[in-house]
Amino acid sequence: MPKVKVDGVEIEVPQGATVLQACELAGKEIPRFCYHERLSIAGNCRMCLVEVKPGPPKPQASCALPAADNQEIFTTTPMVKAAREGVMEFLLINHPLDCPICDQGGECDLQDQSMAYGKGHSRYDENKRAVTEKYMGPIVKTVMTRCIQCTRCVRFAEEVAGVEEIGAIYRGENMQITSYLEQAVSSELSGNVVDLCPVGALTSKPYAFEARPWELKKTLAIDVMDAVGTNIRLDSRGRQVLRCVPRINDEVNEEWASDKTRHAIDGLVRRRLDRPFVRRDGKLVPATWDEAFAAIRDVNAGSSVAAIAGDLVDCETMFAAKALLAKMGSSLIEGRQTGMDYDTSSLAAVNFNTTIAGVEKADAILLIGTNLRWEAPLVNTRIRKAIKKGAKVFAIGPETDLTYKVEWLGADLSALGNLPEAVTELFGKAARPMVIVGGAALKGAHGASLKLVDQFNLVRTLEDGSAWNGYNVVHMAAARMGGLMLGYAQKGGIADVVSAAPKLAFFLGADEVDFAKFGSSFKVFVGHHGDKGAHHADVILPGATFAEKSGTWVNLEGRVQRGDRAVFAPGDARDDWTIFRALSEVLGQTLPFDTLEELRAAMAAEVPALGKVGLVTFDWAAPSLNATASGTLEGYPIKDFYLTNAICRASPTMQRCSAELVHGETYAEAAE
Amino acid sequence: MLADKDRIFTNLYGYQPWNVDAAMKRGDWDNTKALLELGQDKIIDVIKASGLRGRGGAGFPTGMKWSFMPKEPRPDRPSFLVINADESEPGSCKDREIIRHDPHKLIEGALVAGFAMRARAAYIYIRGEYIREAETLFAAVAEAYNRGFLGKNACGSGYDFDVFVHRGAGAYICGEETAMIESLEGKKGQPRLKPPFPAGAGLYGCPTTVNNVESIAVAPTILRRGAEWFSSFGRENNKGTKLFQISGHVDRPCVVEESMSISFRELIEKHCGGIRGGWDNLLAVIPGGSSVPLVPAAEIMDAPMDFDGLKAVGSGLGTAAVIVMDKSTDIVRAISRLSYFYKHESCGQCTPCREGTGWMWRVMERMRTGDADVAEIDTLFQVTKQVEGHTICALGDAAAWPIQGLIRHFRPEMERRIRERKGETGGNAPMMEAAE
Repeated sequence: MPKVKVDGVEIEVPQGATVLQACELAGKEIPRFCYHERLSIAGNCRMCLVEVKPGPPKPQASCALPAADNQEIFTTTPMVKAAREGVMEFLLINHPLDCPICDQGGECDLQDQSMAYGKGHSRYDENKRAVTEKYMGPIVKTVMTRCIQCTRCVRFAEEVAGVEEIGAIYRGENMQITSYLEQAVSSELSGNVVDLCPVGALTSKPYAFEARPWELKKTLAIDVMDAVGTNIRLDSRGRQVLRCVPRINDEVNEEWASDKTRHAIDGLVRRRLDRPFVRRDGKLVPATWDEAFAAIRDVNAGSSVAAIAGDLVDCETMFAAKALLAKMGSSLIEGRQTGMDYDTSSLAAVNFNTTIAGVEKADAILLIGTNLRWEAPLVNTRIRKAIKKGAKVFAIGPETDLTYKVEWLGADLSALGNLPEAVTELFGKAARPMVIVGGAALKGAHGASLKLVDQFNLVRTLEDGSAWNGYNVVHMAAARMGGLMLGYAQKGGIADVVSAAPKLAFFLGADEVDFAKFGSSFKVFVGHHGDKGAHHADVILPGATFAEKSGTWVNLEGRVQRGDRAVFAPGDARDDWTIFRALSEVLGQTLPFDTLEELRAAMAAEVPALGKVGLVTFDWAAPSLNATASGTLEGYPIKDFYLTNAICRASPTMQRCSAELVHGETYAEAAE
Repeated sequence: MLADKDRIFTNLYGYQPWNVDAAMKRGDWDNTKALLELGQDKIIDVIKASGLRGRGGAGFPTGMKWSFMPKEPRPDRPSFLVINADESEPGSCKDREIIRHDPHKLIEGALVAGFAMRARAAYIYIRGEYIREAETLFAAVAEAYNRGFLGKNACGSGYDFDVFVHRGAGAYICGEETAMIESLEGKKGQPRLKPPFPAGAGLYGCPTTVNNVESIAVAPTILRRGAEWFSSFGRENNKGTKLFQISGHVDRPCVVEESMSISFRELIEKHCGGIRGGWDNLLAVIPGGSSVPLVPAAEIMDAPMDFDGLKAVGSGLGTAAVIVMDKSTDIVRAISRLSYFYKHESCGQCTPCREGTGWMWRVMERMRTGDADVAEIDTLFQVTKQVEGHTICALGDAAAWPIQGLIRHFRPEMERRIRERKGETGGNAPMMEAAE
């Protein structure tokens, strides 16, 4: 642990720390543009120059200089001040003065740092450089004249996203950042370069000219587009969510978010259900809440009632529906809309036990029937990190580009019973092996994959005494783990519900169900978007999206997280749990909670794990299942990354992404 | 004046063929095995004792540089020697002559130096514009392989050593050692941050030493004739012989091997036939290639041409590319042209150089015509100071120094132009108001 002096204050810094990190530890702010904690060090902006003794008599780039014992670092000397002013002046001579029309205004590193470290005026009288715009796809808007060539975007694309599609061309003052052949960046993480860009060169295309940061109300929420549970901040103005940006959570999403997380939010104001509907003479007609409730009461279902949870719902909604059904005398609840029927007797056997952050430590990885790049993009980036540390990846399934080197073992699941020697040898000697089972394989190979736990000793105690569980299942629905914890699983899956032929069926935002099988049921859709579920409903009760309610979600690793309400639901739409509370009264089965707090208390009483925010650890137990697997995987469950749920399907941005990035359509830009 | 018997490059002018037979007659590849049998440490000791300083411009002691390489390379991390033949510095043309007419000196040097630093292979990175020279070099390397001088069991020494020739694509910055390594790896030629230095992590992350062609080519001769012989030339700390490349306003521009520390006057008189129009007509000299500051006539005339002697007059030896300018030279335009060169060749990676070189060139262009303000000379000087020492590599310094030299020595000339352009009033004429 080297000891250094920063401006005369002696501190001890961790081994391998840079001078910049040492200064930060000492509480000194070091301006920077190119340096970013999660990217490699470029050292090219030269803003972080400090004076270091011993060393050459010129300022040093602190981001790249290792802190050494007995170093003296100065951050306030005239040399440092002059160096910062000089670099700032250089950065600004070719930067346009278009802050008033720049979307970065108000949250621009260049603005802030020029105020703090700049000279206040320029001596540059020549013409400024102009750079032609580049096309980077439907998410990223470019104004390349503003670019200060920090290359954060280049490094992000290469290191984190794994697509080598952004780079620099030309040299000297003509250097330009562009995407390969000016095509859309084919990454589901491309939106992150907008956050990384310290200036307004790369801004969000859907958010262009929408708002200034200081006008926005910021709400901390949890993303529901996949089961990762990305921590997000929803920026809203009035009744509309204008922007979704990731929050830092090293356990879950680091500081990234997928493009779907960021940009599906424009679907929140389209195709919304904003009043109840009742089907009369085969047609859905607007109705009042009372009329809608009366129609449900008139079914006189008795105990012949079921509830199907969709992919986006929060635990509170599911608990309220479950409580109502229990009062009515039914326990027909199911969350796996598409017919999955894997064994749920042990939640650990369907959980991502290694944890998302734990993936980085793995040294041998076997993917079984999962296209992680689309099913959980931010788990995929962790695998990239593991590979960087030396991990090796094998996969069973149809070959696809996961952005890293994978040894494909074919698409035949029977390979699980007869793994090649290369795999058995690697897993035999690996210290932290892990297996990741995807939705495609869960149906036919759950048992076979569980057999690997014994074969490779995936659940073990590591040398340092900590526990390691290398068995993982990847879910794709934000509601899944919470639903499983609440018991939204029948033994035979949704088929059990169908065969029970309930008189009354509640669909909680469930749009992927095969509704034809519920022909005899009276279908009540409680949800927020006019998608497939609403089309088949007999009664529609308008609910709230994830942005419009406070809710609890459990991500794929069993992490209980809570999000807050950013805006109110439109029209007559209500929080989903209050709908069940009100309906229960009409049905004469009044639920015993009047506030969200009371509901949560009741939920915690039933499932204690849901009462506490944080990671739930499920004790390891493997159900005994048929351990032979056979059959060839034809594909992965997600056919179109950008259109996986009702909110995305309503989003123009996601539709365009799908058309352009999945289906290869080209968009002509107006020349203006 | 250096005696003919003491010349290392005996075929500098191509009076004899370059091929291996002719080279062997000149003494190259003469029992190279014996040189290698000296052992690695002994070779490095001899080079250290000879006082050889790097001939690429920075003048770092070559023997010491070699000694930084790991003594026991790991099998999965071999060491490499990279030979810098990307000679792009305006004024420099010595490596070209070596490769053209004496390539086997370089190739033998590569083997000896590579052996001394326990390298597995040498990469010769040759400037893209040197087309014929590259052809010669490819052919010479093939000859050496055919004779068994390279490859497995090179020269019968039991040491395996390969030499690869790699052509550049015409970027000046690829002459910077780490940019050269990036370029060799197939990436955009941009200098790397140091540390780590190439001796720790260079080409493909392996220990690497980057040396100039001349530093490598002289090594076998030093070993054959002894460190004392080489160090008998030149002043203390500036030993040996050196290829000087004199261009510009002399009667006979030439490349010539001379003893270090020869005085400028002697160098010009003996080899170049004197200054065009006589010594009184000398205006200024850029003594070490475009990157070093110019030196006005009075200071350079009797200065010793070596690292320390030129440092004393505020310049540097660089590659010993002596650019002589007589009084017919438009000195501001000359420096402005150099500014354009640096603006054009800046890689664009780091801010001060990317933005500063363009700024400096634009102001220099106005200085050339006088379309500027006297105060702008000070601004220009400050801008050069803002670039100098703030960049990743030395290109920023190289772009700043010529302008600093100009302002230091020719400020009156710059002010005269500005005044003349504004009229004799010296800029005090009443300001013209727009009529609107």
